[in-house]
Amino acid sequence: MKGNWAPADTGATTLRVVVWRGDENGRFEEFEVPRQPSQTVLDVVTYIQRSLDPTLSYRFACRVGMCGSCAMTVNGTPRWTCRTHVDKVASGARLEIAPLANMPVVKDLVADMGEFFDKWARARGHFKPSATRNDAFATVDPASSERREADAGIECIGCGVCYAACDVVAWNRDYLGPAALNRAWTLVNDARDAGQAGRLAAVAGDAGCHSCHTLMSCTEHCPTKLSPTRSIAGLKRATWRLALVPEDGE
Amino acid sequence: MSARRETALWVAQRATAVVLALCVVVHLATIIYAVRGGLSAGEILARTRGSLAWGTFYSVFVIAAAVHGAIGLRTIAAEWLGFRGEAAEFAMTVIALALTIVGLRGVVAVVGA
Repeated sequence: MKGNWAPADTGATTLRVVVWRGDENGRFEEFEVPRQPSQTVLDVVTYIQRSLDPTLSYRFACRVGMCGSCAMTVNGTPRWTCRTHVDKVASGARLEIAPLANMPVVKDLVADMGEFFDKWARARGHFKPSATRNDAFATVDPASSERREADAGIECIGCGVCYAACDVVAWNRDYLGPAALNRAWTLVNDARDAGQAGRLAAVAGDAGCHSCHTLMSCTEHCPTKLSPTRSIAGLKRATWRLALVPEDGE
Repeated sequence: MSARRETALWVAQRATAVVLALCVVVHLATIIYAVRGGLSAGEILARTRGSLAWGTFYSVFVIAAAVHGAIGLRTIAAEWLGFRGEAAEFAMTVIALALTIVGLRGVVAVVGA
């Protein structure tokens, strides 16, 4: 991508980048990074690590928006950095890059996603088979409403952007969060799954779907344009009968 | 806090929201109608005194508001103040009962003879 190119917006040939360093008690450190055509925020971070300060820690893998590894807070907004062009987000020639919010900071731009994924497990986000390998394939009509509901939420890449954007996660540390609840909703709509009763109980209540205020930050920020808000609304409809049945300890 | 109880509170708050939506419309329409020819205590009391219909309507209104408001305050207290647990549950119950008593006392005052 080399050539006679100049940045369109400001004409600046360098970018002032402030990057979070250290753990939660860290501070921002400033770097100067050359502007490039079609430069992504991940390119900027990679440049800093490879050319300016090899001790900078960050996470990435696929670089094409599939793996969900590289999400960071860019100028205050959670984004997937590999698919975020500097042109779109740099105000002036300045960029502020921090780790994702609502997660503990391991070091620099690396957030600890352990709790984020633990909550997927707590929301029973795993498939529980109802048939064995000796049974025939399940037939799922692609046009059925359940299949379409599952389809609408299934392309989550687990980047944590929705979780970082969610105010309810910030207010209630037990809240399962948009991604885990979205995953549960896709399974609630899976005709082959045998874990429904336990799952509905797991996603109800104070830590679950009933805490969602429909603020829609998750939907606004989801890089793959999913709507966890819609999935959570589905869970609210699916679980309200729990209020009527006696507790069974599941 | 059990998922079942939380779900029940959520359903109660949504159900009372539906009731409140209707009650508020009737209440506002009545206000607009009632003030056409000026507003006086005598006129209001003439309409409400001894009226089983208004007594029932405002009793339902008061109870729905007490339930809805108490559950909402509980959530706000938990999320913004970090006030959770048994003390918060107790406070919610006290607020719901206090709103009910104060509200029904008002209903009795305008409906009772």
